[in-house]
Amino acid sequence: MRAARPPFAIAALAAIGVAFFALPLVGLIYRVSWQTALSDLFTAEALLALRLSLFVSIAATALGLLLGVPLAWIYARVAFPGRNVVRALTTLPMVLPPVVGGVALLVAFGRRGLVGEWLDAGFGLRIPFTTAATVMAATFVSMPFLVLTVEAGIRSIDHRYEEAARTLGASQWRIFRQVTLPLVAPSLFAGAVLCWARALGEFGATITFAGNLPGVTQTLPLAVYIAMETRPEVAIVLSLVLLLVSLAVLVALRDRYLRLD
Amino acid sequence: MNRLLTLAIAVAAVGGACGGAGPATSSPTAMVAASAAASPTQVPLAGSITVFAGSSLTDAFKKAGEQLRLRSPGTDFVFNFGSSSTLATQIINGAPADVFASADDANMQKIVDAKLTDGTPAVFVSNRLQIAVAAGNPKGITGLVDLAKTGLIVVLAAPTVPAGKYALEALQKAGVTVRPASQEVDVRAVLNKVTLGEADAGIVYVTDVRSAGAKVAGVDIPEQHQVLARYPIAVVKETKNARLAKAYVDYLLSEDGQKLLAEFGFSKP
Repeated sequence: MRAARPPFAIAALAAIGVAFFALPLVGLIYRVSWQTALSDLFTAEALLALRLSLFVSIAATALGLLLGVPLAWIYARVAFPGRNVVRALTTLPMVLPPVVGGVALLVAFGRRGLVGEWLDAGFGLRIPFTTAATVMAATFVSMPFLVLTVEAGIRSIDHRYEEAARTLGASQWRIFRQVTLPLVAPSLFAGAVLCWARALGEFGATITFAGNLPGVTQTLPLAVYIAMETRPEVAIVLSLVLLLVSLAVLVALRDRYLRLD
Repeated sequence: MNRLLTLAIAVAAVGGACGGAGPATSSPTAMVAASAAASPTQVPLAGSITVFAGSSLTDAFKKAGEQLRLRSPGTDFVFNFGSSSTLATQIINGAPADVFASADDANMQKIVDAKLTDGTPAVFVSNRLQIAVAAGNPKGITGLVDLAKTGLIVVLAAPTVPAGKYALEALQKAGVTVRPASQEVDVRAVLNKVTLGEADAGIVYVTDVRSAGAKVAGVDIPEQHQVLARYPIAVVKETKNARLAKAYVDYLLSEDGQKLLAEFGFSKP
């Protein structure tokens, strides 16, 4: 059934909803000083942050794929007691304030943390204030997006392909690699891109757990926050870049992979 | 000259509070009595204001708010603490502040330049730097020079915020180059990293070390490397409650307010 014309009230409220999201973008575009935009974007600190952010977000996505895909497969295929609780636990960062995630990471992996104290004493390994901490913070907040997307993908596969492979004598591991993974490629891709975009935008957990040092832990969002106080024009250009990248990701995914309708 | 001006404003403010009732005396008890008696014809202070203040003022300003609430029931004080530079940016972009207290002149000047202050800012207090270390000073840090040691995790405030700027000045005076593990967003974040044990040392204000209690110890910075942090305060022009905003500023400039600030380790302006 298709409504030819939405009632006025619904259309008006929906339009306000769109404006609410569109105006900030318009505001950024309006406030960019276009004459200096390129030189602002290519300042040393912006480039440093851009490079670090690319590395951190890609590393977080790689880690997310490595750990998240097996997790998604287990959630989709293995019924074990407490599955819902475990799944909720690994999805928690999606709804948790990122700062809380940062505090939790700090008390677990910090120098005086549950695991961190032992890492420091045993191996001289200190995580806070390193790029590794930045990757961990980004992975913590972004991996759930990948896990949920891939789990949904695996659940929607026709079981018969895997069963056919099994009757032909393929091992579980071989089925996973050669049947399941290729079948979920689209959700794998969508999940990875969502995960990457979320990792790119990570702020709260990073600044709490990893600190803020240009070239080491100062990612784009942190650089935006710091620049806002002294060089707002740099902050605005960097914000616009982040916004456009995220928008491009969502538009591309919606059309090609995220079959929400 | 600036200091003279400040003094003049402080005197005017304190004098103004007493002027309405009889002879102006300087004994504190007389002043309290005078300010209480000053307003039989006036409407009592009421309503609420939002005070934006540098994070080093957190404990002292909350206490000042409590004191004023005791004096004038029906008043309420809401605080927004952060780095003075963040707060200045917020105010310039229209954040609803009634009072702004900055840990340096530069960020107050931004507000003055934007014509957002009501009158001239007054320097109401000053502060000094100290090295915050873990209780008992396990790393044996004796001064700024030790902060350059390899293997020591040192955090500073970002050079964009007052505490970071002052720390760099002090290090420069001492001829020390430090490679910080992190440039935190405000001075309280530096203190937290030391309190949590994540950092071995951080340069903060004397008042921060004092507020941290037993977990943190302070290592003094000698006079020749010290930096004097001067804190200006002003009523924000677009305030909806100018009377209460002014009363808060006047209180901090008054003898009682100064005594309270001194209890938190602040020095006279």
